[in-house]
Amino acid sequence: MTITEKILAAHAGKQEVKPGELINARVDLVLGNDITAPVAIKEFARIGVDKVFDPEAIALVPDHFTPNKDIKSAEQAKMVREFAKKYGIVHYFEVGKMGIEHCLLPEQGLVGPGDLVIGADSHTCTYGALGAFSTGVGSTDMAAGMALGEVWLKVPPSIRFHYYGTLPPWVGGKDLILYTIGRIGVDGALYSAMEFTGETVAALTMDDRFTMANMAIEAGAKNGIFPVDEKTLAYIDGRLKRPHKVYASDPEAEYAKEYEFDVSRLEPQVALPHLPENARPVSEITDVRIDQVVIGSCTNGRMKDLREAAQLLKGRRVHPEVRLIVIPGTQEIYLQALKEGLITDFIEAGGVVSTPTCGPCLGGYMGILAHGERAVATTNRNFVGRMGHPESEVYLAGPAVAAASAVKGRIAHPEEVSGNGA
Amino acid sequence: MVLKGRTWRFGDDIDTDVIIPARYLNTSDPKELAAHCMEDADPEFARQVRPGDIVVAGNNFGCGSSREHAPLAIKAAGISCVVAATFARIFYRNALNIGLPILECPAAAGEIKAGEELEINLEEGKIINTTTGKVYQAAPFPKFMRELIAAGGLIPYVRSRLNC
Ligand code: SF4
Repeated sequence: MTITEKILAAHAGKQEVKPGELINARVDLVLGNDITAPVAIKEFARIGVDKVFDPEAIALVPDHFTPNKDIKSAEQAKMVREFAKKYGIVHYFEVGKMGIEHCLLPEQGLVGPGDLVIGADSHTCTYGALGAFSTGVGSTDMAAGMALGEVWLKVPPSIRFHYYGTLPPWVGGKDLILYTIGRIGVDGALYSAMEFTGETVAALTMDDRFTMANMAIEAGAKNGIFPVDEKTLAYIDGRLKRPHKVYASDPEAEYAKEYEFDVSRLEPQVALPHLPENARPVSEITDVRIDQVVIGSCTNGRMKDLREAAQLLKGRRVHPEVRLIVIPGTQEIYLQALKEGLITDFIEAGGVVSTPTCGPCLGGYMGILAHGERAVATTNRNFVGRMGHPESEVYLAGPAVAAASAVKGRIAHPEEVSGNGA
Repeated sequence: MVLKGRTWRFGDDIDTDVIIPARYLNTSDPKELAAHCMEDADPEFARQVRPGDIVVAGNNFGCGSSREHAPLAIKAAGISCVVAATFARIFYRNALNIGLPILECPAAAGEIKAGEELEINLEEGKIINTTTGKVYQAAPFPKFMRELIAAGGLIPYVRSRLNC
C-alpha cells in the first residue's frame, strides 16, 4: 500500500484499502475558517446535536477577512467566535493569535505524521508535508465531521512524482510545484493522491515541502504527501503535543502513474494568467511590467520565504511604480521576521508589511487590483478576478522572483538583482 | 426524478472564483450569492437564469476553493442540474452533500449547446436532448452516494446515523 492508503486504512479500522473504495474514516482534526465555518455552523445546528465530537480536535481560524474588513465579515467572525465559546472549542484563534490557517496549524503542533485531517478549505492538503493525510472538504462535511468525528472518503489512486538532481540557486518548492502542474495540468491529478519523492525532495526544507503539498489541489488532487524523514521529525519536535505514527509506502505499492523529473537545470517558474498550469521559465517572460507584488499566503508566507525575499530586497528599493505587500503567515513568523530584521528590510525597501491575513490572496482586501493591473504573487491561484477586478492579472511565482520583480518593476529573474549565483 | 430545462453552456476549468467571486463571500446568504453567480464568466447569467435551467460544462468544473458557496449559489440561482465532463473533487462532494444534482457525462458535455432543452432522469443518469433528439447515458452513482442523495444530503444522513 501507499502511505496515503495506509493512513486511510488505519483510520477506517481496516487492514487494507484499495483505490476507489468508499470508506468512513475517523478524523484527528477538523478545520474551518471565517468563510467556511459560518456555513458549517448553520448546518451543524440542523443536525441537532448539543455537543461536538471532541472540543480538542476542532480548529477554528478566522483568517480570510480578519481583522475584519467590513460589517458583514465581522458578523461572520462573530458567529465563529460565539460557536467556539458555546462548544468549548480549544483551538480557536482570535485576532492577535491567529495566522493563515495552513501556516498556523503545523506551527502550533496541531497536525503530525499519520494524522487524518479534514478542513473546510481547499488548501488543507498542505499538511501532507508532514506525512499526514489531509484534504479539503466543504462546510457540510465540516459540520458532519464536528458532530461525528468521521468523514466519508473515496480512497484515491496515488500518483508518484519523483524528483532528482540538485536545485540551482533561487529555485525552490514553489518552482517545483509550478513546474509539475505545468507538466500535468490543473486536472492532471484529479481525485488522486500526489506523492512526492526523490533526492531533491529529501533535500528540501520543511517550508518548501509545505509549499508543494499546499498546491496539490491546484492539480485537482485530493491530497499531496511526503515521506516522513528526520527533517519532519525535527519540525514536530517540541510542537506536536499528541502521539504520532509514521507510515511509509511499501516498495511494491501500486501507483496509477509515475513521473520522473530531472530538476538540476530547472529555472525559477512563473505561472501566467489565468491558470496555475501556465508555468514558464522566468527568463521567457521578463518583459511583463507589473503594478503590485504580494509576498505571503498559505503557500509562501513562512520564514524561508521571507528570508529569501529579504535577501534580495535588503539595501535595495522597490521600483517606483510597484506596490510591494508583504504578509507574514502567522504571528510567530511575524515576530521572528521582526527579530531577524527582515521587517526593517521590507519597509526600508519601500514595501508595506501587514498583520497575518489571507487578504489579497483571494481578492478579499489589503491589496485589491484595479482594472488592467498586474501582480506577481507568491499565492496559489491566478484565476480570473482572483485578486480583484475580472480584468486584472496575477502571475504566480516563488518569493525570490516576486522580490526581484518588485525591484525591477517587471517580472525578473532573481539573478538580475543579486548578480550571478546566490 | 425527471428534470427539464434550458441549458447554459460553459467551458473547461470553470473555477469557484468564477462561480462565486470571493468579494461576495462576506455573506453566506444563498439569495445574495445567487445574485452574483457566474458573474465574471457571464454577467447576464444571474439576471436571465430561469428556475429549472441546466448548466453544461467541460472538464474540471468547480476547481479551486472548497467554498460551498459555489454549489449553493448555483442551486439558489434556480439551476436544477449541472452536467459536466468531469468535476473537481471538492465541488463534487459539496454538490452531493447539499443536494445539488450533478452528472458526469463527457459525451453530453461535448455536444450539448447553449439554449437547448434537456430532460434528465437522475436515477437512471439518462440525459435526453429534446432539441436534437440525442440521448446520453451518464455513469451511475455508487450505492453510498445514492443513499446520500435519497436521504436529501449529508445532514439528514448524519442525523439518521446519530439517532440509531
Ligand atoms: S492564503 Fe489564500 S489560498 Fe491560503 S487559505 Fe488564505 S485565501 Fe486560501
